[in-house]
Amino acid sequence: MTIAKRFYGEGLPGVDPASLNGKLIVLEGADGSGRSTQTALLTDWLERRGHAVTHVGLRRSELVGEELAAAKNGNVLSPRTLSLFYATDFADQIENRIVPALRAGFVVLADRYIYTLMARDIVRGAEIDWLRSVYSIAPVPDLVIYLTVPPQQLLERFIYRGRNLDYWESGMDIGYSRDWFDSFIRYQTDLHRVFTQLQREYGFDIVNGNRSRQAVTRDLQARIEAVVDPPEEKKG
Amino acid sequence: MVNKLPPATRQPHSYPGKLIAVEGLDGSGKSTQLYLVRRWLELEGYKVFFTEWNSSSIVKNATKRGKKRNLLTPTTFSLIHCTDFADRYERNILPMLKAGFIVLADRYKYTALARDTVRGCSERWVEKLYSFAAQPDITFYFHLPLKTALGRILAGRPELKYHEAGMDLGLSPDPVESFKIFQGRIHKSYEALSKKHGFTRIASDRPIEAMQEEVRDIIRAQIDLPRFKVVNR
Repeated sequence: MTIAKRFYGEGLPGVDPASLNGKLIVLEGADGSGRSTQTALLTDWLERRGHAVTHVGLRRSELVGEELAAAKNGNVLSPRTLSLFYATDFADQIENRIVPALRAGFVVLADRYIYTLMARDIVRGAEIDWLRSVYSIAPVPDLVIYLTVPPQQLLERFIYRGRNLDYWESGMDIGYSRDWFDSFIRYQTDLHRVFTQLQREYGFDIVNGNRSRQAVTRDLQARIEAVVDPPEEKKG
Repeated sequence: MVNKLPPATRQPHSYPGKLIAVEGLDGSGKSTQLYLVRRWLELEGYKVFFTEWNSSSIVKNATKRGKKRNLLTPTTFSLIHCTDFADRYERNILPMLKAGFIVLADRYKYTALARDTVRGCSERWVEKLYSFAAQPDITFYFHLPLKTALGRILAGRPELKYHEAGMDLGLSPDPVESFKIFQGRIHKSYEALSKKHGFTRIASDRPIEAMQEEVRDIIRAQIDLPRFKVVNR
């Protein structure tokens, strides 16, 4: 069973959807939900099985990565400008990393995807309609996994690792509260609500991330295996 | 204060200010005409604010980098310029419209619409992308025969920049030839936009004074100017 790789919208100028033979697998979830750990474990597992893997994430483009980092530190851009900056960064990665890798038959592991970008903006009051159109340039993934961990649990993980709360991940720019912890809980709760909304439209697999690392890995592997090594495509 | 995105605007806007935009090919005389409008309104004592379509350092750096590594695609080219426009729009144009100014824009979102669709972006996508920007109260479209426009531009400009000449489209290895084809397509694109968005057409192959007179007449007829008088205290 081969599903032709499609785009959410009209696609990208000059890109033939039929040429995208690889697999695109997306891991979504809050900071502290175990995305990075699982990505590393899944990479080992996939490579052991003979799959070539490439990674993409947010804010990693060569095009505007620097400017975006600077803008975030300065907090001088309007929400719309910041939103478009992220879209530029992401479009650059779609065209210069994701599409070439899919063309070459790679498994692309995306540490977050357009849904995080959309959810962040929706929580800040953006129209979903506008975002849906902006991100219609994105290829439809073969699998989207949303790792859920309750906000309280995320906080405990942060504290346990001796990490400070991040200004943006705590939604401090939104102005829920001057208290970081309070703001964090409310922001993450809102994000989760929006993700649940997006799930209905875009169809994610919701995976409970509030379990042992091994249990989560096994769960993810089973779902990914069904996509990258479906029984009828296995050779020898 | 909650820092929220303003809603996408549909026409017409309901801000107390007015937005007048000029569009057209390079060499169509639009900047000169808008400058004269600006001087006229300022000297008559109206609340007027001028803004032009130029790239910020953010875009300049990114496009420079993109060009060097051949990273820019039609989509990222469009998005980076929209990012820049959004910054200018929300920082300059929108507050001025809310403050009740007559905002004069030398090129507006239609510049991007014309250019990006020529580069291959979907028209629907680019239009939606820019849907947050208010529809102008008047969009003057300065039109002239393509040949005249090309002659004017090429006479005064010995060297064409890469993207300006549309070299990224691979139309021709010769920058001047590429520029001619590229401008021809933009011209066509403007003509289509003009119909679709109801631009006010101004014929550009006339003396400056005649054009300015027509432009001022239209502004007087469509905008209740006394409402925008600066009140002396």
